[in-house]
Amino acid sequence: MSGPFDFTLALGDDALIAAQRLAEWTTRAPEMEEDIALANIALDQLGAARLLLSYAGELEGAGRDEDALAYLRDDREFRNCLLVELPNGDFAVTMAKLLVLSAYQLPLYTALAGCADERLAAIGAKTRKESAYHLDHAALWVRRLGDGTEESHRRMQAGIDQVWPYAQELFAAQPQAPVDPASLRADFDATVSAVLAEATLTVPDSAWAPAGGRDGLHTEHLSYLLAEMQVLHRAHPGARW
Amino acid sequence: MYGNDFSGEDAPGGLLGEVEAAEAALRAAAERDRGAPGQDVDLAAYFAEVIDADQKIEPRDWMPEAYRRTLIRQIAQHAHSEIIGMQPEGNWISRAPSLKRKAILLAKVQDEAGHGLYLYAAAETLGISRDELVELLLEGRQKYSSIFNYPTLTWADVGAIGWLVDGAAIVNQVPLCRCSYGPYARAMIRVCKEESFHQRQGYEILHMLAHGTPAQKAMAQDALDRWWYPSLAMFGPPDGDSTHSAQSMAWKIKRFSNDELRQRFVDMCVGQAEVLGLTIPDPDLRWNDERQAYDFTQPDYAELMRVISGDGPCNRLRMEHRRRAHTEGAWVREAAAAYAAKQASKEKVAA
Repeated sequence: MSGPFDFTLALGDDALIAAQRLAEWTTRAPEMEEDIALANIALDQLGAARLLLSYAGELEGAGRDEDALAYLRDDREFRNCLLVELPNGDFAVTMAKLLVLSAYQLPLYTALAGCADERLAAIGAKTRKESAYHLDHAALWVRRLGDGTEESHRRMQAGIDQVWPYAQELFAAQPQAPVDPASLRADFDATVSAVLAEATLTVPDSAWAPAGGRDGLHTEHLSYLLAEMQVLHRAHPGARW
Repeated sequence: MYGNDFSGEDAPGGLLGEVEAAEAALRAAAERDRGAPGQDVDLAAYFAEVIDADQKIEPRDWMPEAYRRTLIRQIAQHAHSEIIGMQPEGNWISRAPSLKRKAILLAKVQDEAGHGLYLYAAAETLGISRDELVELLLEGRQKYSSIFNYPTLTWADVGAIGWLVDGAAIVNQVPLCRCSYGPYARAMIRVCKEESFHQRQGYEILHMLAHGTPAQKAMAQDALDRWWYPSLAMFGPPDGDSTHSAQSMAWKIKRFSNDELRQRFVDMCVGQAEVLGLTIPDPDLRWNDERQAYDFTQPDYAELMRVISGDGPCNRLRMEHRRRAHTEGAWVREAAAAYAAKQASKEKVAA
């Protein structure tokens, strides 16, 4: 997968599934301010997903709009990375996921803003600012939890350990893509290792590198997420909302 | 959103116009500011004078203890209602039928969290902390609007909540924009503007459904059937049975009686339901030429009392959900406090 359609679809799916997971926190966050912050980040991801999926539909030229792509594909047709579909876990796992995702999306969108495709460049220019905020927010919490109490430190390290292997998939080389993710790895490593060091956490050492999301081979979790997300839309074929 | 129960297409000149008029009046009252009373002034007389002159009592001013307690109770219950009220609508975020609707609903529920925070801050000006108020909610010693103890069973319920529940809340809250307590009046002005936006979105959801497929239209009618009477009950018991009303009216915390506001709401909804092509589930609803208002069937107040006292369909669910979020978040809040303390002591050492 490296054509503009596949590339755009994959980024749109990343954002959509991340939004769906983050929105699960609504009414459940550890404090009210955080409920608002997580909803904000979910809204940003959803906004990016809508732009990317709409554009992917145009690139495909088969008449599929954002909703057709979001609601009428099965899990084998989704192209998101595995990271975003993982369950939220506790707040530490969610922050570990957000740290990895935003430390990947920030350099990705920044590079996109300078790419030759004007539409992708415009989307990148808008979303990179949001990603910078997501990264700030995640990094702040990772530091607080890592260097907070004994329990929060234990949970934050466990969260990082759990999420870390899924970072590998994000940087698989795609030399033909508008931005080759492999070129973002150094930036990502520098960002994340600085945050983890400040947070008194250790960078996990794991050889396991689960992958397959970009080829439609997902974890068992995605199908459940889609079942919930798509149930109403699919129950009323052709209806407008 | 908030009702009076325990304690669309609105014309721009209508309720929103009243919000703007209240805002202008508030600014005018601020310009007439008489400053703090001098040493030898009778504080109770000064308080009565400010109320009489339709000016605002501010946190720095002396106020009767009962006034303070009434306001704390009312503002806190309002804040709790915003926070608990996130749940019934939050229930549909994951299943919203289009990405646009998902974004709108997520933003709406987020607004309610914002209203909750804003109102807790208004209550804090009366000398009580947010943590204390949250504790009172979790222990069941303070209430929230009983409307949120009804379940959201279909997507159309999200529309019905926007149209009817937010609509009732606006009718109830617009007069609060002129409340005698400054911080509450200012909070209400801001909240009303956003609620009016929410109401339009809810109405739009129902409008799409009512003009959609037969299944969608049936879903919309079913939602109206279930939400109509609980929405009427949001204005609280009939005037004769309302315990807090008379004193609150005298203090200009409250400006209209429960029954007046309920009537106003019904009169507003009838035309809106006609535009939707939906039927309000009241066979006795009809225009009364003499009263220049609609006659309608009262909600079941015995049911309202049951729901208030804890036996509504979702009371237990809503409280359990809130308590669980609070309990499960404890370690995060403790970590944030510990981290902040470490940072502060590091800064001290550095200085």
